[in-house]
Amino acid sequence: MSVGLSEAFFLVLRRELRLSFRRPDQLLQPLVFFLIVTTLFPLGLSVQLSLLRDMAPGVLWVAALLSSLLSLDSLFKSDADDGTLEQLALAGQGLNVIVIAKTLAHWLVSGAALVLVSPIVGTALAIPEAAFATMMLSLGLGTLTLSWLGAIGAGLTVGLKRGNVLLSLIVLPLAMPLLIFGAGATDRAISGTSTAGALYLLAALCVLTCTLAPFAATAALRITLE
Amino acid sequence: MNIAADGLCVEKVHVWRGDRHVLKNVSLQVRAGELVHVSGPNGTGKTTLLRVVSGLLRPEQGTVAWRGKSIASSPTDYQSELAYASHEAALKGDLTAIENLRFMVGLKRRVTLSELQACLARVGVAECADLPARVLSAGQRRRVAMARVLAFRASLWLLDEPFTNLDASGSQLMSALLEEHIDKGGLAVVVAHHDLNLAVPTRHLGLGG
Repeated sequence: MSVGLSEAFFLVLRRELRLSFRRPDQLLQPLVFFLIVTTLFPLGLSVQLSLLRDMAPGVLWVAALLSSLLSLDSLFKSDADDGTLEQLALAGQGLNVIVIAKTLAHWLVSGAALVLVSPIVGTALAIPEAAFATMMLSLGLGTLTLSWLGAIGAGLTVGLKRGNVLLSLIVLPLAMPLLIFGAGATDRAISGTSTAGALYLLAALCVLTCTLAPFAATAALRITLE
Repeated sequence: MNIAADGLCVEKVHVWRGDRHVLKNVSLQVRAGELVHVSGPNGTGKTTLLRVVSGLLRPEQGTVAWRGKSIASSPTDYQSELAYASHEAALKGDLTAIENLRFMVGLKRRVTLSELQACLARVGVAECADLPARVLSAGQRRRVAMARVLAFRASLWLLDEPFTNLDASGSQLMSALLEEHIDKGGLAVVVAHHDLNLAVPTRHLGLGG
C-alpha cells in the first residue's frame, strides 16, 4: 500500500504543475518581464546593430537571471504560508524527493518556458539564427542551475516576511559564474568560435547543483520548518 | 491495528525558542485506545509540543519514541503511521477539495477516488468535493482537513484545536470521529481549550502550570 519514491515524485510534480497552470498570471509574469526588459535595451541604446549584437549576450543573461529570480520567492513560500509544507514534510517520503520535484516543476514553468521564448528575444537583440541553438542550450543549463541555487536560497528565506530581497542577495552572487559562462557561450556562438568550453563548464555547474543542491535546500527547509 | 503497549512515549522534553524555555520537562505516554488531551493558556507551548511529537521540531533535550524506537531513527516509518492536523487547514486554494486530498493522501498511501469521496461524505462535505478550496468556509476547510486525517488511515492522530470554526454538528461529528478512532485501538493527542467530554479513555495534560 505504501507509495514509492518515483510515484511520490511524479505526484508532487503533477501537483506543482497543476497549481502553476491554475494561476496563469504567475506563470506569465516572469516571461513578460523577460520580454519587456530585453526589448527596452534596443529601444534605449543607439540603433547601431553591431553595438546591440555585442551587448546582446549580457543583456539576455541578466534579464534571464532576474526574471527567474522573480518566481523563486514563491517556490516554498505559499506552501509554508498555508501549512501544506508541514504536511509535505510529514508525508513519509522524506523532504528530499519533494524538494527535487518542486524545484524541477519550478524550472519547467520558469526556466524552460524562458528558453522557449528566447528566440523572440534573440531576434530583437539581433542575435544571428545560427547562434540560437547555443543560446537556448546555455540558457537551459543556466536556468536549471539557477533554480537549484534558488531552491537553497528560498529554503533559507521561506520563514522571513520580506525574504525576496535577501533571496536575491544570496542567489545573485552565486549565479555570477552562470552569467560569465552563459553569456560567454552565447557571445562565442555569435562570433562563430567554438562554444564547447563554456558549455562544458555550464554543464558541470548544472551537474554539481543538481546533485548537491537538493541536500542543501532540504537542510535549509528543515531548519526553517523548526 | 496492532499497536504495542508502549505506543507513543515522550520523555522529559525541553524546548527553547530563543531565550524562552517553552517546554520544560514535559513527559507524556499514549497507549493504543487512548487519547491525551493537552490544554493550557495561550503561549504555553501546546502547538510546540504537538510539533515535537510529530517530529517537525527536534527538542533540545528529551526523546520522543514510537513503539519503543526513537522517531528520529526511522522518521519515514513513523510518519506513515501519523496524521497531523495543524490549526491551519493546509489546503491549496487553487485545487479542489478532492485534488487537495488526492495529492496529500497519495503521498502516504495508494488511495482511490471513491475512498476519498467517502471520507468527504463522512465529514459532511461531499458536495464540496469539486469546489476550489479557496471558496470553502473556514468550517468546511476544517472538515476537509479532517477528511484528510481519516483518509491517511493512521494509527496516531495529532490534532491542533480540531474544534475551531466548527458548528455544533461539526463539533459532535469531530467527537464521534475521535471516539471511533480510539475505539478501534487508535491513539490521539488533541490540543483543545475546552473539555472534550468523550466516552473514551482520556488522559489530561495541562501545560503552563
